[in-house]
Amino acid sequence: MSAPLVALGDTEAGSGVNPPARRRRLRQLTTRDRIVLGVMIAIPTLIQAVLVWIPTLASIGLSFAKWDGLALSDIHGNGLVNYKFVFEQSPQFWPAVLHNVAWLAFLAVIGTPLGLLLAVLLDQKIRGTRIYQTIFFMPVMLSLALIGIIWELIYSPQNGLLDYLLGTHGTAHAIDWFGNSSVNLWAALVAATWRHAGYIMILYLAGLKGVDPSLREASSLDGANGRQTFFRVVFPAMAPTNVIIVVITVIESLRAFDIVYVINHGTNGLELLSVLVVQYLVGETQVIGIGSAFAVVLLVISLVPIVIYLSRTFSTKER
Amino acid sequence: MTSTTSTATAARPKDEVRDRALSRSRSKRGGTVWPTYLFLTVMAVIWLIPLLWAVYTSLRPKADTDKYGYFSIAGHFDLGNYVQAWTQGGFINYFGNSVLITIPTVILTLLFASMMAFAVSRFSWRFNVTLLIMFTAGNLLPPQVLATPLFEMFKLVQLPYWLSDSGTMLNQLYSVVAANTAFQIGFCTFVLSNYMKAIPIELSEAARVDGAGVWTQYWGIIMPLTRPALAALGTLEVIFIYNDYFWPLILIQSGNRLPITTAINNLQGEFLSNYNLLAAGAVITVIPTLVIYLALQRQFIAGLTLGANKG
Repeated sequence: MSAPLVALGDTEAGSGVNPPARRRRLRQLTTRDRIVLGVMIAIPTLIQAVLVWIPTLASIGLSFAKWDGLALSDIHGNGLVNYKFVFEQSPQFWPAVLHNVAWLAFLAVIGTPLGLLLAVLLDQKIRGTRIYQTIFFMPVMLSLALIGIIWELIYSPQNGLLDYLLGTHGTAHAIDWFGNSSVNLWAALVAATWRHAGYIMILYLAGLKGVDPSLREASSLDGANGRQTFFRVVFPAMAPTNVIIVVITVIESLRAFDIVYVINHGTNGLELLSVLVVQYLVGETQVIGIGSAFAVVLLVISLVPIVIYLSRTFSTKER
Repeated sequence: MTSTTSTATAARPKDEVRDRALSRSRSKRGGTVWPTYLFLTVMAVIWLIPLLWAVYTSLRPKADTDKYGYFSIAGHFDLGNYVQAWTQGGFINYFGNSVLITIPTVILTLLFASMMAFAVSRFSWRFNVTLLIMFTAGNLLPPQVLATPLFEMFKLVQLPYWLSDSGTMLNQLYSVVAANTAFQIGFCTFVLSNYMKAIPIELSEAARVDGAGVWTQYWGIIMPLTRPALAALGTLEVIFIYNDYFWPLILIQSGNRLPITTAINNLQGEFLSNYNLLAAGAVITVIPTLVIYLALQRQFIAGLTLGANKG
């Protein structure tokens, strides 16, 4: 799956039900129970370790090595050569960074606020709110790969709906929205927003329901209008949701992959960091070290939102 | 969250008063509601266009769209594109692969994640919080970060022929199951541990006094009480795994072993010059998710927002 997902805010209320002291200590368990519990912990932990943590560490290790991906004995240390290539020679690296930044900016400025706006409007007493929600949320069910195909039918220069609507169909001005490298990033982002906004809407609808109604009441009694009430009272009261939305938006723009890979394998204006990693893996000549260096760059950037999220979630909870 | 629930119930009559007051003030101001409806309706129409356009295109024979153009209402409608896409595209095979990947992944993920969540949330031991943090972090990583070593690892594993016709873990559906399971366990453990923490510890204490072992507490007491969360997460995970594009792309080399979401790529190549077929193929691929969505929408949304208003 490509949908980045984070359980919504356990930051606020989740604590305090069972203070750790009241949870069972292992000492009180019989030997048999201890073994059962040990197995229950060991199996998932082993799966995580072997298939997630160790490969992540191996990416870091391989980024300092030279390897063609054949025999393990051929792995040789290579110092910082791979990184030198990534930062100084790779023609795709800086464009990819720029595209990832554009991806984040577009989602942060358009996709996420649009989702928030839809949520706020639908949180009012609106007739047919369920129908609207169902419609806006529908694209969230679709894979980004499929979304790429569906929008291809809109964006195609010969047969696409958009060029018909713009009146450029069949003329020399017809735009190949996914093929033209000066617009295809934005075209892909519109398609991605189609999905992203509904996702954000649902999370904010849940967040808005969690806001104490008496806050709004007090605010409107104090003479605040709807806008003031929202920006000064309701929005700050949703702080836990806001943090999660920020993290989701950042992580989603770092994980972006499927849609550009379906469109043109992430080339010609659609280079992203995630695509560069894969290009060095599935390409004919496997240059594992360079692919891993790209992976490490992606890892380091990803750790920023991840650490922020984890420290917020677990520090307020477990103390 | 008993306290939250009780305040919510207590606030309900007040809510109604507030809503009445709000709607009165709105109708007094008159013009405040219809722009909202207008905006929402325009947005809803825009939101529906991509899917409706795909459905519309898929229902028109190629001969008609060639003659009148795609942006036209002339010609007739039939299911010919669906029949052709279905027979030509190998959908049965792809759907079969999707099922063979999705069902084991979801079952294994929920099983392992619930075990871990149980151990983390119901017992206190030295590394439980550390492990939970590591589990959660693992799920947040972009999968590309660990794709290369995982691919190389699977390539290095030597398997006998009866386990793998490729001799390694590559090109096997169960490898996709393994990768997906590992990637999803973190998220599910996190959500389930939050849910299980809210179950009163006295239940476990009482069971222990009655002589129930750890397994009985897990399977007989905690798991039945966790059913709502498992149902919501299960729905969510079915959609996530069905929609996974990345792991089969990396781990599967034979086209006929791909699940439908990844096979879309091939369809695009096959149907390139025929948009009607491509549209039909896209709609066929959408149908299973749409059915699940319309049938289990509440479960799905509950899964996404679990933890926000639990209790």
